[in-house]
Amino acid sequence: MSYYFAIIGTLDNPLFEYEFGTAKQGGDGIARFAEQARHMNQFIVHSSLDIVEEVQWGSGQMYLKCIDRYYNNYVSCFMTGGNVKFLLLHAPSTPSTNTTRASTSIAANPTSPQTEEAIKQFFGEVYENWVKTIMNPFYNVNAEVKSPIFRSRVVAAGKKYL
Amino acid sequence: MASSQPVKPPVASQSQTQRTSQPGLKYPSNGKSIYNRALNRSQKQELSQASFAYLFGEMVSYAQKRVTGIQDLEKRLNIQGHPVGLKLLDLLLYREPPRTQTRPLHIIALLQFITTTLWRHLFSRPADALEKSSNPDTPEEYMISDNEPLVNQYISVPKEMNQLNCAAYVAGIIEGACDGAGFAARVTAHSVGKGEEGELWPGKTVFLVKFQPEVVEREAFLGR
Repeated sequence: MSYYFAIIGTLDNPLFEYEFGTAKQGGDGIARFAEQARHMNQFIVHSSLDIVEEVQWGSGQMYLKCIDRYYNNYVSCFMTGGNVKFLLLHAPSTPSTNTTRASTSIAANPTSPQTEEAIKQFFGEVYENWVKTIMNPFYNVNAEVKSPIFRSRVVAAGKKYL
Repeated sequence: MASSQPVKPPVASQSQTQRTSQPGLKYPSNGKSIYNRALNRSQKQELSQASFAYLFGEMVSYAQKRVTGIQDLEKRLNIQGHPVGLKLLDLLLYREPPRTQTRPLHIIALLQFITTTLWRHLFSRPADALEKSSNPDTPEEYMISDNEPLVNQYISVPKEMNQLNCAAYVAGIIEGACDGAGFAARVTAHSVGKGEEGELWPGKTVFLVKFQPEVVEREAFLGR
C-alpha cells in the first residue's frame, strides 16, 4: 500500500506533505505510486476537499473516515477543531499472486474496520503533534510547517500504524 | 463554499527529499523540543495573577502607543487576543475526553464550549451568562456576560476614556475561537452597569458576539 499524506489549511492551502509506503507485513516503507500517476495525488486530494466541506457539518467527529474514492485511490479525512484538514490518500498495491495470505491485511482492504482503526490511530498521533505545533507562539495560522521534528514524528506514526 | 470556486489551483509541490538539517536553525542539544512536552502536563497549573496583571498592563500600554482613538486601541487589543483563541480551541478540544471530542457544529454548542470550557481554562470559572439577543432584527447576536473580568481587575480607566474596555482582549480570544471553528464573527466588549452608586457589579462586561450572515444561514440549513 502506498500513502500520500497532506495537511490542508483553512484556505485550502497545503501546510505539509509526506509520501510513504506501508511498513507492515514486511513492507519497506517506500511509496509505490505508478510514475505516471504520482503527480495526480495532489489533484485527487485537492478535489476531495469539496466532499470534506459537505461531510464536515454532518458529524462533529474529528475523524471523518474514508470520504472519497478515485479509482483505486481512497481518501480518508481528519478535521481539527481549527478547520485544518488532515488528508490521507491510500492506494492499495495491485493484488499480488498470493492473495490468500494478504486478504486480511490492512493493505489489501482499504475500507475494512481494521484499516479505519489504523488510520484513526495514525491521525490521532499526528493531531497530538499538530496541537504542539500550533501552540508554538511563533506559529501563525495557515503557515507551512517546516519543522524536521514534526516530519520525523509523522514518519514514526506512519511506520507504527500503517 | 469551495464548490463555488471556478478553478482549483493545484496543491503546491514540495520536494520529496527529507530535510535533514537546515542551516541557521538551532536545536537544543538535549533533544528537548516542544514536541517532547506533554500537552496535558500544565493542565491544572495556575499562573500568578500579579505577573499576568503586569504583563497585561504592558500589553495595553504597548497597544496604546500608536493609536488614534479608543476604537483603534480596542481593535489592537482584539488582534492581540485573536491567535490565542485559535490556539486554545484546538488545545482544549484535544484535552476533551475522546468520547466527547467533537467539533462544535452549532452556534449554541460553540458558545457553550466558550463559556464553560474556555472560560474555565482562562479564568477558573464559567462565564456568568450567555444570552441570545431578544431583538428580532438581530438574530445573529449573542451576549456573553462576565460580572468581573479578570483582565480588568487592575486596570483603571481614566475618566476621559470611559468608553474603553480592556476586555477587548478577551473579545479577541472569543473571536479567534469562533473564527477557528468556522463561525466567522465580530466580538466586541462593552461595559455595562456603570454609573450608579452601590452597583453590585460595577465592572460588569458584556461580550457582544455578532455572527456573519453566512453562519446564520448555514445554521438554519443544518437545523437543530
